Amino acid sequence: MVLPWFQYAAPQRFYGLAGRLYPFCFVLAALLGAVGLYMGFFVAPTDAQQGEAYRIIFIHVPASWMSMVIYCAMAFWSALGLGFKTRISGLMAQALAPTGALFCFLSLWTGALWGKPMWGTWWVWDARLTSELILLFLYAGYMALTRAIDDPQRRDQAGALVALVGVINVPIIYFSVKWWNTLHQGSSVSMTQAPSMAHTMLWAMLGVTLACWAYAVGMALYRVRGLILQREHDTGWVQALAQSQAKSLNQENPAESGAGA
Amino acid sequence: MNWANSEAFWAMGGYGLYVWGSFGVVAIGLVAEVLMARRASRQIWRNLRDEVSDNQAP
Repeated sequence: MVLPWFQYAAPQRFYGLAGRLYPFCFVLAALLGAVGLYMGFFVAPTDAQQGEAYRIIFIHVPASWMSMVIYCAMAFWSALGLGFKTRISGLMAQALAPTGALFCFLSLWTGALWGKPMWGTWWVWDARLTSELILLFLYAGYMALTRAIDDPQRRDQAGALVALVGVINVPIIYFSVKWWNTLHQGSSVSMTQAPSMAHTMLWAMLGVTLACWAYAVGMALYRVRGLILQREHDTGWVQALAQSQAKSLNQENPAESGAGA
Repeated sequence: MNWANSEAFWAMGGYGLYVWGSFGVVAIGLVAEVLMARRASRQIWRNLRDEVSDNQAP
């Protein structure tokens, strides 16, 4: 049986699908972000211990989650690419990396700005913070490596290896607050227990988290379109796309085409 | 409603620097990423157009 979604593993199909999906993702991200931030700033009450400083949680936790989720997604696509030789898998992993790196940086940045007023320090070498910093280095290493290799197949394979080896770090980050004595607090929201925070706070955080998901998916789909065009630049369908675009540009601006020829 | 007026909102109970320093840099980061991705996409298209016009005019 041929599963219907396998046809989207073909780069041309996936290019079209991604083009239809990414605008919805960005609209969804804007709506969810607006709702989440409104709840976070105007509905959620002041924290009894931390005053208003705790409101950093509404971006710090979503950013941190995204930094881990996106690395896991890269590892997933990498495994798919190595196992099934699907053509877009490596490109999806590469399309996700910059967004993951951004969220990882934002997690560290917002954490520092939260740590200063609450702990009295911007940074401490405890297990949670250090393992998150290692994640940022993994992202940077992945991006530097994949961009340094010109051969497409070797690029995908080398990147997949880094993604799959580095993903070991994600559970280390997640469980670091349990395994070691950290200055960083334990999780306020866990998969096994009822969350230890007010409901409005929780909903605000979930709203922003979903917004970040939608943003990350939209960004990856947008970026993978460019990567597909680059990878498939000598195929007929990409050449035809480029020709039709060049033609329509020439019609809009004939003087420029004369100068450029 | 949490805030008596807009001043109280921006002050964030004395933690304004930290709260807005967090959300501000997040906003800058997201906008910068979108702009960089758009620039990269335009460059890819430019290269593709150059490629097809080179092929057409040997």
